[in-house]
Amino acid sequence: MTSSHRAIVRLFLALLINCAVWLTATTRASGQATTGKDAAAPATREAGLAAWQQVYSVLTHPRCINCHTATDYPQQGDDRHRHLFNVVRGPGGKGVPALNCATCHQAANADSTGVPGAENWHLAPLSMRWQDMNDKILSSAEICKSLTDRSKNDNMDGTALLKHHQTEPLVHWAFAPGRGRDGTARSLPPLSHDQLVAATRTWVEAGMPCPQNP
Amino acid sequence: METYKLTVNGQQKEVTADPGTPLLWVLREDLKMTGTKYGCGIAACGACTVHLAGVATRSCVVPVSLIGDRPVVTIEGIGQDPVGRAVQDAWVSEDVVQCGYCQSGQIMAAVALLKKTPKPSVTNIEQSMGGNICRCGTYVRIREAIAAASQQLK
Repeated sequence: MTSSHRAIVRLFLALLINCAVWLTATTRASGQATTGKDAAAPATREAGLAAWQQVYSVLTHPRCINCHTATDYPQQGDDRHRHLFNVVRGPGGKGVPALNCATCHQAANADSTGVPGAENWHLAPLSMRWQDMNDKILSSAEICKSLTDRSKNDNMDGTALLKHHQTEPLVHWAFAPGRGRDGTARSLPPLSHDQLVAATRTWVEAGMPCPQNP
Repeated sequence: METYKLTVNGQQKEVTADPGTPLLWVLREDLKMTGTKYGCGIAACGACTVHLAGVATRSCVVPVSLIGDRPVVTIEGIGQDPVGRAVQDAWVSEDVVQCGYCQSGQIMAAVALLKKTPKPSVTNIEQSMGGNICRCGTYVRIREAIAAASQQLK
């Protein structure tokens, strides 16, 4: 090999290495850009369904579902027993005269006497029942279908549902339910309030998908 | 201890109590108004019923700190109200009372019912009065007295 041939080979190798370095750097930059784009993308249906299951785990906790009954009475306690003292739903979900929710439940928890409280204590309307007439909790698909039906959910779209979870005093109460008569703290839903709001947001952004199977 | 200003039967009262003290004990111990009775202490029997801003309320479970500026009406003051007067008159005319212990709560509940439902059905009466327990079993006469008061208020 002549010296001119060796020079050409060296030049070719240098060009090859430069190309490899450039290609690696470009690919890495491109990968970073793709990752950033993914983070800003709308939640997928799969992510939405997973988030819904988290929301469902909260909605079916006794702190929430005890007042989403299908019956003429609210429930109490983690065993979801029928509310004591002959309390009935009443026409507006707030009991009946002389035996209203407000007969005992005030605007805040009364830990000294063990009575829970929050603003506007009331039962959810029957259209938002999450149990059947035998107090059996409805399936994830059934509750999701009900929750996304604007003829049943007080005409709330996804934004309104998210706001409901963010701001409704009774939703907030579920995460700070106070103490019972024996001084024991009431049990909490499986997620924190922030986690519920985050899961609801993901579900809403994914288009509020519902599980197909009951 | 905190100081609270309460309006009880139209009169201004000032009490100093622990914030968690139930209204019942503020009435009975601090204000010496013993017409409102202690029955169960857990809102189960209705003997302690008073009106809080017009709503029948179990005073044994409502801490004084949660009363705010809502006016309190007790059995001592309910006779000043036309419906309250009619119910008390009916209680006398129908001779409702036996031992009498639960009756101040029964009357307060009956007045709350008639103010919202002037012509109550039997179901209305049973549902509204269903949380007020009478150990003497005066329920039949209570029903009759509520019907009589309703007639009188016609």
